[in-house]
Amino acid sequence: MIEVLSADSCISCNQCVAVCPTNVFDRVEDGIPVIARQSDCQTCFMCELYCPVDALYVDPDAEAVSGVTEAELQERGLLGGYREKVGWGRGRQPVAGHDFMYQLSRRAGF
Amino acid sequence: MSVAAQKGSLYLTADVLVIGGGPAGTWAALTAAAKGAKVVLADKGYCGSSGATAPSGTGVWYVNPDKKLREDAKASRFELGGRLAEDRWMNRVLDRTYENMNRLGVAGYPFPLDEHGNQHRRSLQGPEYMRLMRKLVKKAGVKILDHSPVLELLADSHGVAGAAGVQTQTGETWSVQAGAVVIATGGCAFLSKALGCNVLTGDGYLFAAEAGAALSGMEFSNAYAICPTFSSVTKTAYYNYASFYYEDGSVVEGAGSKRGRSVIARNLLAGRQVFAKLDGAPEDLQPLLRVAQTNFFLPFDRLGINPFKDAFPVTLRLEGTVRGTGGIRITDESCGTGVPGLYAAGDAATRELICGGFTGGGSHNAAWAMSSGSFAGEGAADYALSLGRHAEDRTPSGLSSSSLVEQQVKPGTAARTAELVSAVQAEVKPYDINLFRTEKGLTSSLDRLGGLWKEQRNTEIQRTPEGVKAREVQAMTATARWMYSSALARTETRGMHKREDYLKIDEQQHHRLISGGLDDVWVKREEVAKESVLL
Repeated sequence: MIEVLSADSCISCNQCVAVCPTNVFDRVEDGIPVIARQSDCQTCFMCELYCPVDALYVDPDAEAVSGVTEAELQERGLLGGYREKVGWGRGRQPVAGHDFMYQLSRRAGF
Repeated sequence: MSVAAQKGSLYLTADVLVIGGGPAGTWAALTAAAKGAKVVLADKGYCGSSGATAPSGTGVWYVNPDKKLREDAKASRFELGGRLAEDRWMNRVLDRTYENMNRLGVAGYPFPLDEHGNQHRRSLQGPEYMRLMRKLVKKAGVKILDHSPVLELLADSHGVAGAAGVQTQTGETWSVQAGAVVIATGGCAFLSKALGCNVLTGDGYLFAAEAGAALSGMEFSNAYAICPTFSSVTKTAYYNYASFYYEDGSVVEGAGSKRGRSVIARNLLAGRQVFAKLDGAPEDLQPLLRVAQTNFFLPFDRLGINPFKDAFPVTLRLEGTVRGTGGIRITDESCGTGVPGLYAAGDAATRELICGGFTGGGSHNAAWAMSSGSFAGEGAADYALSLGRHAEDRTPSGLSSSSLVEQQVKPGTAARTAELVSAVQAEVKPYDINLFRTEKGLTSSLDRLGGLWKEQRNTEIQRTPEGVKAREVQAMTATARWMYSSALARTETRGMHKREDYLKIDEQQHHRLISGGLDDVWVKREEVAKESVLL
């Protein structure tokens, strides 16, 4: 589930409010958005992917809140990891075009 | 029915209204717009991130137009699907998928390149694909309504004429009057949190049935994905490399991804946790696997688990009809439903036409979504444009089977909806009811589901975001009833449908089962087109 919205990093672009398929976030007038309906989160990671400043963290557990903190995430370097792997963000190449995609398709048929 | 529908706070007119903004819906919107239709697309969440495709990577049934390759592709899953696919439909879908994938390459999808520098168009990364589809749909002039779930279809004596709903972020009502409607709302995974699936609650099935359309193949609805217990990621392809173990490290005999899921289910039913390890993946293949499905590894990386070396606990998460094949019955080549003005595409429609009673993976579903979406979009545009000027004079009524009211939400509504969700899940999630089916299990479940339906049928539903959730559980309840009524009628094991009391395929039952009805559910046989027999 979505667990962390970093108040330090967030730039109030409200992309997460717009893209969340299950409407978990609420826009806040003159402030950063809030996680308003955490239990509606389906753990699809899309908000993380669309966040331009890596301010969000979705814990893999879809059923229970893990209670992970921003400080822990920073220490382990976990913020923004998914977006980097998908290759979204300035100066990155989308993973969709990665040569390994072709190699895997040739070798394993995926 | 007699009272004309109220126009919502937001009222629009269009030639074609597309409900759902996943792959099928976006292709429908694009193709309808290309015919000159004015198109509105309403998504329950956000067109671009909603649904099963957006957060995943998927293979695509993309086969070069070479006679031998095409014949092999068609034959590959024909038997697995219980010989219920149709040759003519497989040909149409292979042709259209080939065409659409090539279009995506031209439109800027970053396919990987082969050694000759040509695009290798065999799979799609969901985030990239759906972001591009949103861009193309907007460029085509389609009006997108995000966070705008439908509460009901609108119709008059000539047929379906639009839909009405509520915008979940503002609480305002909306309605669109349209000459034709395409339902592309996906399948039903019963809020099981399978990856990206919680927006897929069978809404479109309910809307279609309320308009008088039928369902087909609803017995093929018991798909379960192997999934780590601590995760929502229901991508199963890589479990081909997995071995399965008990806690003490001994091997679970017979367990596997393709044919051994039942063994995993029986162990879980007996209270024995099963663990998986992808120890069959050669070391030099592992980096390729990591790149090709980044989200598969995300939960492991975050928890510090190496799935190639460490055993991790798994469960089977219900995917229902999302990876099943049942859905709205298709009655013609433009993906019409038999109800004038109503079309269905993608997982919302039956996929039996191309894969019978078993999909065995995403590639057929992805191909079906982009092809059926295109057929439906074109068909809906032709139909709507043929209506001419009269379309604007229509005064349609709402079709919801429960009365929809404008009043304030009553206290306790959300809690009651949550209870109903749990009650329906208690019927469809258990492996010993839905995966291993018996007459006894299905009958007693249907009895309880009938009670749940009756209770909801007589309750008013508000035109609010809470009301949307109430309609979702109503759709889930109806879906479960069509599923189990069809499963009860098919007294054999075929495709993914498993009957513990009828373990074998019965040649006398080489037919489709169509179903429908709301208060009184019915199931009928339908012959499979003759040319479907390939062999």
